[in-house]
Amino acid sequence: MHKSGKTNWWRLLAALMALTLVAAACGNGDDDVAVDTGSESGTDGDAGDGGDGDAATCEGTDEVTLQLQWFAQAQFAGYYAAVDQGFYEARCLNVTILEGGIDIVPQQQLGSGAADYAISWVPKALVSREEGIDIVNVAQIFQRSGTLQVSFADSGISGPADLAGKKVGSWGFGNEFELLAGSRSAGVEPGTDYEIVQQSFDMLALISGEIDAAQAMTYNEYAQVLETINPDTGELFQASDLTVINWNDVGTAMLQDAIWADGTKLGDAAYDDQTTRFIAASIEGWVWCRDNAGECVDVVLDSGSTLGVSHQTWQLNEINKLIWPSPGGAGVMDKALWDQTIEVATSEGVLAAAPDSDAFTTQYAEAAVALLGGMDTEGSGWTPTEVTLNEGGQ
Amino acid sequence: MTARGFLGKVLAVVLGVGLVAGGWELFKAVVGVNDLKMPPVSEIAGTFFEPVQRGRSEILAVFLLKSAWFTLKEAAIGFVVGTVVGLGLAVAMLRSQFLDRGLGPWINISQTVPLIALAPIVVTWGRTTFLSDVQAVSLIAAYLTFFPVAVNGLAGLKSPDPEAVELMRSYAAPWGKTLLRLRLPAARPYLFPAFKLAATLSIVGAIVGEISAGVPGGLGRVILDFASRYSTGPERLYAAVLAAGLLGLFVFGLTNLAERIAMRGQPEVAQ
Repeated sequence: MHKSGKTNWWRLLAALMALTLVAAACGNGDDDVAVDTGSESGTDGDAGDGGDGDAATCEGTDEVTLQLQWFAQAQFAGYYAAVDQGFYEARCLNVTILEGGIDIVPQQQLGSGAADYAISWVPKALVSREEGIDIVNVAQIFQRSGTLQVSFADSGISGPADLAGKKVGSWGFGNEFELLAGSRSAGVEPGTDYEIVQQSFDMLALISGEIDAAQAMTYNEYAQVLETINPDTGELFQASDLTVINWNDVGTAMLQDAIWADGTKLGDAAYDDQTTRFIAASIEGWVWCRDNAGECVDVVLDSGSTLGVSHQTWQLNEINKLIWPSPGGAGVMDKALWDQTIEVATSEGVLAAAPDSDAFTTQYAEAAVALLGGMDTEGSGWTPTEVTLNEGGQ
Repeated sequence: MTARGFLGKVLAVVLGVGLVAGGWELFKAVVGVNDLKMPPVSEIAGTFFEPVQRGRSEILAVFLLKSAWFTLKEAAIGFVVGTVVGLGLAVAMLRSQFLDRGLGPWINISQTVPLIALAPIVVTWGRTTFLSDVQAVSLIAAYLTFFPVAVNGLAGLKSPDPEAVELMRSYAAPWGKTLLRLRLPAARPYLFPAFKLAATLSIVGAIVGEISAGVPGGLGRVILDFASRYSTGPERLYAAVLAAGLLGLFVFGLTNLAERIAMRGQPEVAQ
């Protein structure tokens, strides 16, 4: 009896395992639905447009994953455009874009091998590098900072010195360093001269008057205020209702979105070559979004169906301002701004010491720019447009 | 159900919704909360029928339905995996005193680990092995699901009278037969409450997993998306949260239905 009991027990276990496998297989089927953000649109893009090689000449296609900090929006337009327009494909790359979530830290995904490249702000990535994750800045896409401190005009805050005695919102988690350094440079000590309030990622606290100055990205939260109805007037808030502190002007701006690569793989000929091609096609995407802003916004809108049309149009315009002009060519590091970023990071205690010289390299971005030949990768002639925002960013 | 009983139920639901809506508006008026913090009920209801994006014909309600379907699929896989694992654990712990003592504490510890700590580990681990992000989300849902099934399952499998177990033994019934013929049927009144809990938990797990891992397509993404743009459209976030609640209610109803079918002809056992 005991023996047969055991047999049945194993039979049951086998049945359970089979069921688990079936469930896993079902999961596989769903897979195609979920990760199609890039590949689906890639098929209708005309490959080879602008690239110097087309898919037909590829000996093989490299599978590449790119981890973003957040989900699809115009902040990442260039990468989505490069997928959609077949720029990656033309460089023998099959790129899967991994969108960000609340708990996804791009440079950690890169460091753990879960992604091949990652987009990350420079100071945050350097903190991870200091902690021992070997990642390297291979292309500095954004050449200036998009962070503002926004107030209502009647609060009288027009420079960092005016923050004294105010309630100042910040997102924290590494987004506050420009504010801390900027106010200190004006002789106003954070925490003692003004109160720092943890700010959630919408602009409700500023609009409802809970804080006097709110952290905002030019391309996102600042626009959100202008998409909100002013309860006093019944119309949208106007830019004239607001004053901004721009850290680029104060001189404490820190570099933001850059492409980071795995330092342990750099130096390997195949990865080096792939990195150069990846950067080249990404820059091509950004150039296309600069020169075809309307179509580029459509590409972004297709990848996230709830995104507001006017909000994304505004966002792309602002992102273009952060990229263009790129005097050394798109993706090539501006050494002065790198130094400023390090200076702020070390003086604020974000970094214990300045990173070694391997933390960034212009080698791949320069090779990528060279690969793009006659394409205008500096964008010195580009001028921003005026974007009209609608209620709710619609 | 009689026509009268059905009408009564419908009336109760309508009354319940009306009470909540009325209470919402009353609270706003009495305390003086503005529309940004608590949008009017009419606006929340109306936003379901507005286009999800300017220039598109799809209304928010349809978009939310599609998103809910996506999340439901993730949750369903999580529910199945969690239930299988939970039942497996219950049977294993019933079979072996050693496993019962050894696994018990771990099963309890598993539920004290916060989901937000676990989710990025599962996603990163999945990406470096063979799991897609969607499967990782299902795994997170399964992680929440297996617990009530294992705990209630074990109690249920142990529930038959010792006399009944003795009787099976006197028939020289093998252990497996006792399990299938006696213990599992006896466990049903214990298992179904666990299934109801597990079903709603699987939805919670899927949504939290989506938000955590940044998986597009489901309700989690929609909630995160609308939350990050709250001030420009608060009613949209409330609509998405409402949709998540309704999805939870839907799976709860499904397990209820399953219980009725499985327990047909059985006297109800009070819990």
